[in-house]
Amino acid sequence: MASITLEGIKKTYAGGVQAVKGIDLAIEDGEFVVLVGPSGCGKSTLLRMVAGLETISEGTLKIGDRVVNKLEPAERDIAMVFQNYALYPHMTVYNNLAYGLKNRGFKKPAIEERVRKAAKMLEIEEYLQRKPRNLSGGQRQRVAMGRALVREPAAFLFDEPLSNLDAKLRVQMRVEIKQLQRRLKTTSLYVTHDQLEAMTLGDRLVVLNAGKIEQVGTPMEIFNRPASMFVAGFIGSPAMNMLPVEYLATRSADNLLDDLPAGTDIVGIRPDDMHLSAPSAPHLVVDSTLELFEAAGAESHLYVRLAGSEQPTVIRTGGGEPPVNEGETLRFYIARSALHPFNRESGQRTG
Amino acid sequence: MQTKRSTYQNRWLPYCLLAPQLIITLVFFIWPASQAVKSSFERTDAFGFKTTFVGLSNYARILSDPSYLNALGRTAIFAVSVTVLSMGLALLLAVCVNRVLRSAKFYTTLLVWPYAVAPVVAGVLWWFLFNPTIGLLPHVLDWFDINWNHRVSGSQAMILITIAAAWKQISYNFLFFLAGLQSVPKSLIEAAAIDGATPFKRFWSIVFPLLSPTTFFLLIININYVMFDTFGVIDATTGGGPGQATMTLVYKVYTDGVAGLNIGSSSAQSVLLMGIVILLTFIQFRYVERRVNY
Ligand SMILES: Nc1ncnc2c1ncn2[C@@H]1O[C@H](COP(=O)(O)OP(=O)(O)OP(=O)(O)O)[C@@H](O)[C@H]1O
Ligand SMILES: [Mg+2]
Repeated sequence: MASITLEGIKKTYAGGVQAVKGIDLAIEDGEFVVLVGPSGCGKSTLLRMVAGLETISEGTLKIGDRVVNKLEPAERDIAMVFQNYALYPHMTVYNNLAYGLKNRGFKKPAIEERVRKAAKMLEIEEYLQRKPRNLSGGQRQRVAMGRALVREPAAFLFDEPLSNLDAKLRVQMRVEIKQLQRRLKTTSLYVTHDQLEAMTLGDRLVVLNAGKIEQVGTPMEIFNRPASMFVAGFIGSPAMNMLPVEYLATRSADNLLDDLPAGTDIVGIRPDDMHLSAPSAPHLVVDSTLELFEAAGAESHLYVRLAGSEQPTVIRTGGGEPPVNEGETLRFYIARSALHPFNRESGQRTG
Repeated sequence: MQTKRSTYQNRWLPYCLLAPQLIITLVFFIWPASQAVKSSFERTDAFGFKTTFVGLSNYARILSDPSYLNALGRTAIFAVSVTVLSMGLALLLAVCVNRVLRSAKFYTTLLVWPYAVAPVVAGVLWWFLFNPTIGLLPHVLDWFDINWNHRVSGSQAMILITIAAAWKQISYNFLFFLAGLQSVPKSLIEAAAIDGATPFKRFWSIVFPLLSPTTFFLLIININYVMFDTFGVIDATTGGGPGQATMTLVYKVYTDGVAGLNIGSSSAQSVLLMGIVILLTFIQFRYVERRVNY
């Protein structure tokens, strides 16, 4: 168990690609931190630098109290779960788990005991004598997890470990990973581009964009108060609607928008903050045309076109029947308190 | 299952297109091979006038002939040394080139050149290099107090043909090993590094086992190469000498048949040689292949 501290970490690949542009982050002992961001934002690069698979161009990386910049992966006391699992295809599941212990000079009985314990925890005891190719995707995933935790490392690193699974299995494994981490209390750094996975797994999220941190915080902090338009659009599904202030100003009779923070020229509104009935709090009233109604079981998505604007907008409501027919006019209400003020040029939240 | 099927206007066209290859195979392989099988059961008198059927007596004679049995043992040594040398060096080179991926293309091109050299030319090349009077290497070896003369020393002659035969094959083995190495997923090596394996251990416990299908394939190819294709190399360097020191099975077939005009014995030897190779290949497929597929 250990904390992980990143100070001014940068990565410049040969050829001048700046994949990571200065990351400061302190991960506490036992914490589950999720790195989330779009494809190519440098998540894997950052994780691989922590693992020691990629050199660190600049900055200091500490695991516990040790500076590990120059240490080999094996000396960093971490374990990693790869996206493609990277199981050794010519070894049985048992040997896959035992390999790291053998290399570290564990004695046979100790290896046996640890492998059994890990196998039991992950319910892969039945497959110990099988080769990876005779396992299903989900079972391979468990073996990969087993290989990581059998060594009882100071930290787990995960690089999109669930992205090769089908949707149902992904949810199941997500829950198991979370429970396992709760039980073992091992510091974990988890990379994903799936915002739902990030929200549900992490104690804290780190939203990355183009090699830089956009925001760090608990999932609810980030959801309730996105620090930038990028975060606002990335976290939450369907994505937050962005409406220009000048448009909304023409839609509200009273001077409801006058007290927006200085510099605000665009506001974000979550699809679930758009209501079909007027709230009692101060609110805006917007007319629109219903273009498409999408029923998704417990919830429905209403794709609307705002009157006098081209802006595509989504409203989320509880499940059921469409309130009006497609093509008809739909009036909705937005509480003043639900507005997220941003500045379009800087992309930052204004207050 | 989908099959590939082309349609031709003229139903004879496919046969015409196949014909050249079929004719070459027939004229240069099937026909000589069947002739060899046939004449291995016959004896022709010294003037070539009379041919009599003698059953298995040609086989009986060569199998009790000490010079044949010596050649057999020598060929085994030759085959093992060439295969080990050429595959070992090829693997080493492939590992090195695989590490420097950026300039890999350059090295690969260089390392493949020897394969384009005809066996006889390769033989002559090494003959020159090791030539006791004008060659460069005997001169260098002299500094180390090694007196090189493969025309006198049988073991030196054997070393010479081994090097010459292996040198040519290294290119071929190298290409396959390099392709094999590049198809080993990088994440496996990384996982092993995290699992605490030293680079050396990583290679022997992860990479090498994953290369085993390639290794197995090359083993068969190399043994076949040594058995049949080294004729040119031997002919150009030592001509089977000194004495019988580099007389391998394939070279003996030539010597007895073409030089000694003993067609019956030579045919029987070539049939045996083919039999040996088929047997070896069979054994390898039967017992080794099962273990290399993970
Ligand atoms: N070996 C490399 N050499 C040069 N550039 C690289 C290398 N590896 C990655 N990059 C670049 O660095 C940037 C970040 O890559 P990285 O793999 O970290 O992205 P990622 O966030 O993990 O994306 P994904 O979600 O698609 O896995 C990308 O622009 C990528 O092209
Ligand atoms: Mg990645």
